[in-house]
Amino acid sequence: MASGRRGSPARRRRVGVKGRGFLFLYLPDFAYHVPGTPEEVVALLARSPGARVIAGGTDLLVKMKQGLVAPPALVSLKRLDGLKRIAPEPGGLFIGARVTLNELINSDLIRGKYASIAGAAAQMANNQVRHTGTLGGNLANAVPSADLPPILIALGARAVVLGPDGERRFPLEELFTGPGRTRLAEGEILTGVTVPEQETTGSTYLKFGLRRSGALAVVGVAVAVTMEGPVVRQARIVLGAVAPVPMRARAAEETVRGREFDRSLAEEAGVAAAAESRPISDIRGSAEYRRDLVRVFTRRALERAVRDGHV
Amino acid sequence: MEDRQGRSRHLVTLVVNGDEYTLAVKANTLLVNVLRDMLDLTGTKRGCELGDCGSCTVLLDGRPVNSCLVLAVEADGHEVTTIEGVAQNDRLDRIQEAFIENAAIQCGYCTPGMILSAKALLTRNPHPTEAEVRQAIAGNLCRCTGYVNIVKAVLAAAENS
Repeated sequence: MASGRRGSPARRRRVGVKGRGFLFLYLPDFAYHVPGTPEEVVALLARSPGARVIAGGTDLLVKMKQGLVAPPALVSLKRLDGLKRIAPEPGGLFIGARVTLNELINSDLIRGKYASIAGAAAQMANNQVRHTGTLGGNLANAVPSADLPPILIALGARAVVLGPDGERRFPLEELFTGPGRTRLAEGEILTGVTVPEQETTGSTYLKFGLRRSGALAVVGVAVAVTMEGPVVRQARIVLGAVAPVPMRARAAEETVRGREFDRSLAEEAGVAAAAESRPISDIRGSAEYRRDLVRVFTRRALERAVRDGHV
Repeated sequence: MEDRQGRSRHLVTLVVNGDEYTLAVKANTLLVNVLRDMLDLTGTKRGCELGDCGSCTVLLDGRPVNSCLVLAVEADGHEVTTIEGVAQNDRLDRIQEAFIENAAIQCGYCTPGMILSAKALLTRNPHPTEAEVRQAIAGNLCRCTGYVNIVKAVLAAAENS
């Protein structure tokens, strides 16, 4: 996280284990800007070193209260209505960075063709946070256990990024470079994602959390398959929470490609995915446990996507 | 605007329980602080401060949010309903009545947030299933009652609508 390098006031408040101070949940002051256009946001960020973008704030404000980050300025996206759009565009669908998790869940456009995105969002946080937290925040915070990256990557989504030199688009999986780190350069913002028109016939995201609500993923597995009768023509399998960034399980994908689907093939893919995953042990589960969860959840996700389509 | 100590303040306009207020707040002032400390609406509780417990739940434009994770400046121009705005003309809301009738309150700390989450649910979905009720209040932690009577109360309020 970028936090350690910055402000000493943040460090002073650190108490307890691993910098997670719970004694003083005081929000330090900062300069606050509310630009009216994306270009103004970019210009402001370019001349305010260390400034952070705020959308929903459900991650950022928590980190600021815990003293993990202390940005001198926040640049709000609240006036950028274009980032609230969920809109068809040639070849797919644009989803704006400010779209909240509940807006993803309730959008007819998403529930129609991309139901697995709504399905993933419905497994996140709790109702209050889903009303505030945004797609862009879930991506740009780059938490390894984030729930939206795996399903979006499985569906072939691209990141839409605006910077001083204009807009660029690239595969979403290239956005993530490490825990809490992205390819976004200083002065760049994520304005949304595009999800291509699907050739896939089924997709789903399965998550294992320690509670039904308000729990981070111990393991998350997203799958998108293209079936031709009983044969898997193509599959994308993406694992969350078992590597520094969301990872494609390419060996597992190769395992199923061109073969007739049945439960034992799904199990074989699960074994391959478990072998290529790189989990760590932490408070939510040991590496060994996570690896076995990858096996089981990869198998289940494949079976579900093949059987039930986009869910 | 800046004060003599160089601290910036921002003017925000909020409609709280139907009344419009314009207030000067610092950038780091949270919505929960405006409600409790500036408007004396202390029914909204502060709990975990991290968005886990739901005791600070209010309705922002009708949707339940954690007011400890909303900057007052970000809420500028929006409508807020707190627990104080749920009863109309001294008549308790049917959800409040149902909480009393079903003994869904013990210490009461989670109750304002629970009722606002329930209110939002019943406005959107007047006849929820038990599973839908449980999902709607999953962001509101209660450490006394075990939730059984709370779920019963919300279902009873739905029935009486």
